[in-house]
Amino acid sequence: MSGPSTYQPQSPFMKWLEQRLPIAGLVHSSFIAYPTPRNLNYWWTFGAILSMMLAVQIVTGIVLAMHYTPHVDLAFDSVERLVRDVNYGWLLRNMHAAGASMFFVAVYIHMLRGLYYGSYKAPREVLWILGVIIYLLMMATGFMGYVLPWGQMSFWGATVITNLFSAIPFVGDSIVTLLWGGYSVGNPTLNRFFSLHYLLPFVIAGVVVLHVWALHVTGQNNPAGVEPKTEKDTVPFTPYATLKDAFGMSCFLVFFCWFIFYMPNYLGDADNYIPANPGVTPPHIVPEWYYLPFYAILRSIPNKLMGVVAMFGAIIVLLFLPWLDSAKVRSLRYRPLAKRFFWGFVATCLMLGWLGAKPAEGMYTILGRIFTFFYFAYFLIVLPLLSRVEKTLPLPNSIAEDVLNKGKVVGTTAASLFAAVLAGTMLFGGVQSAKASEGGESPPSLSWSFAGPFGTYDRAQLQRGFKIYKEVCSACHSLKLLQYRNLAEPGGPSFTLDQAKAIAAEASIKDGPNDAGEMFERPGRLADTFHSPFPNEQAARAANGGAVPPDMSLLAKARSYPRGFPQFIFDFFTQFQEQGPNYIDALLQGYQDTPPEGFSLPDGSYYNKWFPGHSIKMPPPISDGQVTYDDGSPQTLPQYAKDVTAFLMWAAEPHLEARKRLGLQVMIFLIILSGLLYFTKRKVWSNVH
Amino acid sequence: MKGLWIVTTETSAEPTRRDFLYIATGAVAAVGAAAAVWPFIAQMNPDASTIAAGAPIEVDLTPIAEGQDIKVFWRGKPIYIMNRTKKQVEEARSVALSALPDPQTDQERTKEGHEQWLVVIGICTHLGCIPIAHEGSYDGFFCPCHGSQYDSSGRIRQGPAPLNLPVPPYQFVSDSKIQIG
Repeated sequence: MSGPSTYQPQSPFMKWLEQRLPIAGLVHSSFIAYPTPRNLNYWWTFGAILSMMLAVQIVTGIVLAMHYTPHVDLAFDSVERLVRDVNYGWLLRNMHAAGASMFFVAVYIHMLRGLYYGSYKAPREVLWILGVIIYLLMMATGFMGYVLPWGQMSFWGATVITNLFSAIPFVGDSIVTLLWGGYSVGNPTLNRFFSLHYLLPFVIAGVVVLHVWALHVTGQNNPAGVEPKTEKDTVPFTPYATLKDAFGMSCFLVFFCWFIFYMPNYLGDADNYIPANPGVTPPHIVPEWYYLPFYAILRSIPNKLMGVVAMFGAIIVLLFLPWLDSAKVRSLRYRPLAKRFFWGFVATCLMLGWLGAKPAEGMYTILGRIFTFFYFAYFLIVLPLLSRVEKTLPLPNSIAEDVLNKGKVVGTTAASLFAAVLAGTMLFGGVQSAKASEGGESPPSLSWSFAGPFGTYDRAQLQRGFKIYKEVCSACHSLKLLQYRNLAEPGGPSFTLDQAKAIAAEASIKDGPNDAGEMFERPGRLADTFHSPFPNEQAARAANGGAVPPDMSLLAKARSYPRGFPQFIFDFFTQFQEQGPNYIDALLQGYQDTPPEGFSLPDGSYYNKWFPGHSIKMPPPISDGQVTYDDGSPQTLPQYAKDVTAFLMWAAEPHLEARKRLGLQVMIFLIILSGLLYFTKRKVWSNVH
Repeated sequence: MKGLWIVTTETSAEPTRRDFLYIATGAVAAVGAAAAVWPFIAQMNPDASTIAAGAPIEVDLTPIAEGQDIKVFWRGKPIYIMNRTKKQVEEARSVALSALPDPQTDQERTKEGHEQWLVVIGICTHLGCIPIAHEGSYDGFFCPCHGSQYDSSGRIRQGPAPLNLPVPPYQFVSDSKIQIG
């Protein structure tokens, strides 16, 4: 893609092909001989990492589409069937879901790198604009993908985001109806989102080709921001950049796999494990983390239309960046003032992201407005002004000269990075401690056998927990994503197949119609599910004072509570994700006979310390001595609560053990590979440095 | 002058530590790539719920009168259960094995003591269409797609199909009930 190729085909066949289709020459000139500046740092490997992530998303996405059903009644369960029953389905789903987040992590680093080193400046304006278009397409794709599992967050995310368009004067409502294909978000919406979610990645791939093309025409920018002048300033793409990229990708995969195998739900929202319910909005809806800064901007403007304009404007302004910043010096290394403002901008984005996840009230709204102003001020005031008044440092004469001074500059970059992180942390910390003083209590963290990187289920505990489910919970709650055969499958309570068959046979399953056209009851089989004791939702509601006992298949993943800052950062390293089990355990023990003074309990409700709003329709379900244990475990409420919670965790994630086991193998492999790639890269680069 | 030193070792014919490093890195990466492909292929096999749903089924034979047949589905495949007439059984047993493209006796294809019952998977062994029962020249099955003809024991007699209609695994639970699978 960079001028006539120097490729000389060797074999007669390649000569023959090259005269007819010069594809080998194209690959050679673009990915082998292509000269790259020799002073590129590791921030430049994110281009390759992004290509890898796009490939991962497309390949896993095509596979998920083989198992997914885009229908409002079937979508949620089809995703769960994929995760529970398809070979490696849990792995492919985690790869795709965490992969979306990793794609955005990489793209944000890539964009900030471009911003810091002035990669958007002439002659790379079109390259930058194509990048912004890719980013916009990624946001649309990510949003529509998040709708597909059809959980509560999917549904309400779709409702809120499509309603953004209703802010358009005069035609807004018509546009929203057009997007929905109905009078509300429904089956036509889901179908078209699935279609577009499948299409857009290929559009992204097309624009990526243009992006790479534009890159290969202008050549890469570099940390010094001076153009290569002689051969000495560059190295051939292969093997130098290829190996450096491979090492970068391998390290990124370690980070990615941490989420896939150990923290699959860390970046998601527990509410999305509750099937979509058009009648109930979750009390606290937030978009995926990668939209949070823009969501914060949207909410900080008190006018509907202007909020939407500001949100889209925050992205559109990037398109004009090459002309807003007219400074001749590209790299912020040589712009001391602009560099400080840059880190301020990074802190602003982090702050907006954090505010986007907070309720839109009180201090958060005020802070949101301040940081929204900072965001736009950076592009519309600071950069245009600085590019006129700033006194820049002297540039190196060439890239080769820059390589000689490298050590010193890396030091200052690291120092400024450290300072920015420290400043951001202190800012977060201050706000958080202000919040903590007003905040509520969290359920106590218990120690679970399935927690941590080597966690496994305690078989005896799962069997005891199942006994409690069968004798107590199943009177009202179903487990309809679980089949009797699961009881005998590896990684579970380890009942024998015969025990599982006997348990199934105790259940009475409605089947039919038979030859006479009548429904009949038959004993359960291994392939049957733990169905609800009520014939339908209305009957369940009527029998339980108006509240439907929820299906418990996913309960342990569908319940959570905020961990707060900085706890949620430590959670990432300690792999803490047992909010659901902690909550369920606490809830079972959280009943109080007399509500606290001043709390008016509605009729037919019970006071529970941990239930949101404290008024729960479920009577205290279990008490000391109610279920007989055969293995001598204490027959007390705390033991019951812990056992049934462990059982519910297994019901929510039957492949947890396989996930952690495979994760360890993959991690060890990737660390070995990264090490080898590092030494190979060092050997190859040894004659350049 | 470190760089120069490396250039000189590179030209020697002896395998060097750097060659070993390159080969080891390449090999580990190749193993990783091959292992990563596996889940993407394995996911295409039947999933656990499909396998569980393929459990044995029981069929009551009492409603099937002599000379009639029913079609039931097991693992998504149509199974013909035919209550054969005396004439059909005789025809099936009198034919010489040498006259059959896929030689098999009728005794091998039915259960002793239940000779009138023929249970076969109703999928033509040519290209998978469903043959029609009680049609064709052999008192058995006729496939409308490409004209294969099966006799009253479900054996191929004429046409492009190479093999007899397969007999699924089944057993008699009682005189009037079979379990398929």
